[in-house]
Amino acid sequence: MKDEIKILAPCGMLGYGFPKQSFLRGIEEKPKAIVVDAGSTDGGPHKLGAGVSIVSRRAAKKDLELMIVYGLKLKIPIIIGSAGGSGARVHVEWTKGIVDEILKEYNLSAKIAIIWADVSHDLVLKAIENKKVVPLGQGVKPLTPELLKDTTNIVAQMGHEPIVEALKERAEIIICGRAYDPAPFAAVGIYHGFDFGLAYHLGKILECGALCAEPGTTKDSILGILKENSFVVKTLNQHRKCRESSVAAHTFYEKGHPYLLQGPGMVLDLGLCQFTEITDGVVEVEKSRFIKKNPYYLKLEGARKVAYRTFFIAGIRDPLLISGIDEIEALVEQQVRAYFPEISPDDYHINFYNYGKNGVMGNCEDEIFKGYEIGVLLDVIANTQELANSICASVRSTFLHYGYEGRKATAGNLAFPFAPSDVEFGPVYEFSVYHLMEVDNGRQVFNIEYLEGINDKTI
Amino acid sequence: MTKLFELAKVLRSKNCGPFEITLDVLFDHSEDYHQVKNSKKISRETIALLYKIPVEKVIRIVFFDPALGFKITYIRDVSSGTIGDRDVYGAQQHAPLMKLDI
Repeated sequence: MKDEIKILAPCGMLGYGFPKQSFLRGIEEKPKAIVVDAGSTDGGPHKLGAGVSIVSRRAAKKDLELMIVYGLKLKIPIIIGSAGGSGARVHVEWTKGIVDEILKEYNLSAKIAIIWADVSHDLVLKAIENKKVVPLGQGVKPLTPELLKDTTNIVAQMGHEPIVEALKERAEIIICGRAYDPAPFAAVGIYHGFDFGLAYHLGKILECGALCAEPGTTKDSILGILKENSFVVKTLNQHRKCRESSVAAHTFYEKGHPYLLQGPGMVLDLGLCQFTEITDGVVEVEKSRFIKKNPYYLKLEGARKVAYRTFFIAGIRDPLLISGIDEIEALVEQQVRAYFPEISPDDYHINFYNYGKNGVMGNCEDEIFKGYEIGVLLDVIANTQELANSICASVRSTFLHYGYEGRKATAGNLAFPFAPSDVEFGPVYEFSVYHLMEVDNGRQVFNIEYLEGINDKTI
Repeated sequence: MTKLFELAKVLRSKNCGPFEITLDVLFDHSEDYHQVKNSKKISRETIALLYKIPVEKVIRIVFFDPALGFKITYIRDVSSGTIGDRDVYGAQQHAPLMKLDI
């Protein structure tokens, strides 16, 4: 085991971008791996359900280009976690396509490992039957075979195990399907023989890029240095500094508990951690603890299509209309529903979002409205796209011309910024699977495929 | 009376998975942190009232002295990004907590 190794995180999300200078400063530090997280459930269930990415292909390629060109040249492995945003097969293939394109353009070849994170419906069904699937939190419904049937892609969050294996096989580019965000970083430390707790805690910090610095951002590079009894985090941009408080506070980020973090087959206990600013802007962390859990639970994610949406946005400036807005909207809905008695009332929903009044908080808002302008987002949800379009068009014309009590502006109620006003949104998804599944170990579900060069046609 | 946001250095909300939202409040100074902690104002009942949700939905409040901060986690009414959600990332749900009197 070496005394220390360095890990370079170019940015907090592949495709978010980073200053080239920061990245090059990181490369000068001779890291043992370049690791980037590419996924999250934060953007909602749509990416996983529809099999699309959240960043543009152009941006993902731009970021990967620097990583691959420098990584291969200097023999530094490149690891991409949760490829394509959600880490299902379609996302991994999308990422692989970009990697191939870069290799071809630069006339490079590489040993590529693909770690698939897709879980078959049959496997989950069997696990449900064997009572090995439990909801992740009180807000989640139990998983039924019916819910499962409607779910398009199901993925499991991998831990470090399959990634360590790909490193042992000397893969130069590792494209991971859905991974526990810190796992691709932790795998590097664990592969090199370092403490699991420190490796995972460092991963938790690095996966967000320079967000743990001041000023924090996901759009800049950061360097982690893993040692025998501690790790060190330092920025690669002179305008950012890691502080004890900023690194300690980062542990809070996006998690349900400030110092106990649940991961695949483990809990990370950061309750005793010590944070020390050893030199200006450089923070050392000690005493992160990895606690192995038995049985081993993997987190499953899956999304299903629940409806179709059509919406429009319009502004309202008339003070008389604004003073009675909620009531008038209810009357508009009533009139639309009366116009379509042949349609079952449950086949569609009309939701008014009144931005400027309570658009963000909804019914939970308790500020007294004092504004003079409202942005209305009219959201129609229906069983079919055709129905959503029809109801939206009807709400639009009804609202535009509705003769509410006391109206003086008899020419029209809504200021549409665009023509046409109605936007066909497409399907709406929900997370139907957000459960834990008991497995024998952290390796069995994830298939690893090794590909050589650029012209392999395996996928 | 001081408002919570006047004492805090960071006061934010964010998804903690698609079914929960977590509120983080972090402080620069130990005195401010302990003033808030000792005030006993941060309770599940207070949060339920501020967010107009049943108290059972406030599942966790944890103070963490080494980081001078505390975390509140509650269950969303609507899961992230599906029908009826108003904040896919849960990133703008902190305002009601800001104005809490300490």
